[in-house]
Amino acid sequence: MALLEVSNLDVRFALRQGEVKALRDVSFTLDRGERLGIVGESGAGKSVAAFTILNLIARPGYIAGGSIRFDDRELTTMKPRQLQQIRGNKISMIFQDPMMTLNPVLTIGEQMVECLKAHRRIRTRAAREIALNKLRQVHIPSPEKRLDQYPHELSGGMRQRIIIAIALLLDPDIIVADEPTTALDVTIQAEIMSLLLELCEKHNVALVLITHDLGVVSQVTQRTLVMYAGRVIEQGPTREIINDAQHPYTQGLINALPQMATPGSRLNQIPGAMPTLAKIPPGCAFHPRCSFAFNDDGSPRRDCREVIPGFVRSGNCDVACHMVRDLVENDSDARDPVEIQEAP
Amino acid sequence: MIAFLIKRLFHALLVMFVISVVSFAIQDNLGDPIQQMVGQSVPESERAELREELGLNDPFLVQYLRFAENALHFDFGYSYFYNEPTTDVIMRHLPATLELVFATTLLIILLSVPIGVYSAIRPRAWLSRLFMGVSIVGISIPVFLTAIVLIQIFAIGIHVSLFPADTAWGAWLNDLLSTSGGMPAYGRGDVTHVFGTWDTNFASLSRLTYLVLPAISLASIMLPLFIRLIRAEMMEVLQSEYIKFAKAKGISMRRIYFLHALKNTMLPVITVGGVQIGTLVAYTILTETVFQWPGVGLMFLDAIQRSDIPLIVTYLMVVGLIFVITNTLVDLIYGLVNPTVKLTGKPA
Repeated sequence: MALLEVSNLDVRFALRQGEVKALRDVSFTLDRGERLGIVGESGAGKSVAAFTILNLIARPGYIAGGSIRFDDRELTTMKPRQLQQIRGNKISMIFQDPMMTLNPVLTIGEQMVECLKAHRRIRTRAAREIALNKLRQVHIPSPEKRLDQYPHELSGGMRQRIIIAIALLLDPDIIVADEPTTALDVTIQAEIMSLLLELCEKHNVALVLITHDLGVVSQVTQRTLVMYAGRVIEQGPTREIINDAQHPYTQGLINALPQMATPGSRLNQIPGAMPTLAKIPPGCAFHPRCSFAFNDDGSPRRDCREVIPGFVRSGNCDVACHMVRDLVENDSDARDPVEIQEAP
Repeated sequence: MIAFLIKRLFHALLVMFVISVVSFAIQDNLGDPIQQMVGQSVPESERAELREELGLNDPFLVQYLRFAENALHFDFGYSYFYNEPTTDVIMRHLPATLELVFATTLLIILLSVPIGVYSAIRPRAWLSRLFMGVSIVGISIPVFLTAIVLIQIFAIGIHVSLFPADTAWGAWLNDLLSTSGGMPAYGRGDVTHVFGTWDTNFASLSRLTYLVLPAISLASIMLPLFIRLIRAEMMEVLQSEYIKFAKAKGISMRRIYFLHALKNTMLPVITVGGVQIGTLVAYTILTETVFQWPGVGLMFLDAIQRSDIPLIVTYLMVVGLIFVITNTLVDLIYGLVNPTVKLTGKPA
């Protein structure tokens, strides 16, 4: 029994121009202590997926279908009050921009203590003690002083540490981190990421890491989910996806990494741009940008243009691609599942 | 803090200097005070004598310097009409105005915050839409008209015969919409003496009723403004990341609305609102005229009609002073509420 089981999740935004499907048929599972990366370009639906886990998508967004089971309890239909008991307690979140995440008119201490008080019967003094302890765990210098400071008195990296401390306050089962290092200085990104990794490992907290940084994903996560235009297009062990991506889009993403380019020449890129969610192409959403969406004679493949690809198993990965399906079905030496070693 | 206050004091002096120049400069354009003082029958020679005696023939600069020197001693001259020091006249009228402004401010604060917050939290609720509609009407109708309508409905009373009185529902509707009036709408009524020139309406409930209609009509423009301001600010704050994060922490919605969001909402509202409360003192002119409220507004209007220049100038100076004081207070309060503002520049 997985800790978190998301199946066939459908999220829509009811806009004036009509309904926009932000997530379609998204399924994944997360085991206790496991670290899952969700990658994709901007607009792929990564953040929506993150916020949907805690049912935090704001109007006009809503969950149109599917289920989210946490610890054998259904979150999509849960009453707000019960959900409130899970938020910040069993599942906590880390947001993208630490400069915007903390309330500017409340002290760090107030913002930490209120979180503890929301979930436990606890005195302020005891709550401050726990908060202090967590601040020490995220290596904040002179934590006693920080409790009475306001967010604007601290740097971005320091604030993100505090947010991580808040996420850890109630020893949650899952932390959902939505691009936790994107807004930070490059030199601090690595520090924050390794801190997060260290704490998750130490406390056996499962991590859902939303990012567009494949480097980070390969260092931190065990499994990876690649999203494109609101759908999962490939998922499997991170090692396998990074080393031997099957889906043309994932291959493109990995090829686009600066270290994959020939020195002196231009960086590789995927031609075109991600479609807006209001105008997702029929069939495989990636086909207009895909160099494999053609028959041998050079004519466009019909199935890519018309049929939404289902998942096929390739190695230990699930891939949604017509080309890969053909390979798996026809090719005699289709990849066998290989033993995956734990990432070091 | 001390440095801030000293800086503000210099600002205040500068502002007061400009106000004094401007208000003193208008005196030449307000008609002939002698005309008002002595009437038609006094011969021209006597008028000239009086004019010379009062120093009205001196050059502007000489007159201003004389005025400024006296002003520093809080001596703004004698009112031509009342024939007593203008400061005494103002002090006699000021408590009525301040009480009116105080009651109005209280009304605005007590109503605008809950209504503004409610209509920001539930923007689609019919009650919010009603508040927004009524507030537009409130802003659009001038104060004196609001005042007159209020007097008609609540002081005089209206008899509605719009619906057929011979049917039960018609009679019921007629009764429902008719008012008996009876609310006081003229002057302050009996007041309780506090000290000095201060009489108050706040001593008993029946005396307080005299304040109701004037306060409502004075609030009729400012209240909708505040409701809309609070609503707009709050809606913006509710979109922010830290509100989302507070939700993700599992904080109760009540705490999110009334602590996390409201505190941030009130910052700009305090800045705008504080200045507006200064403006209220000036706005009382219309309200006081309609309700014959014996405050400085009514006094000022009378003073203009009587070309009572010293009184006019004193009034402008006093209102200017009130503005400067409220602005300074607002800045102080803002500094206390907003942690990102440091009044003293003390190292963080």
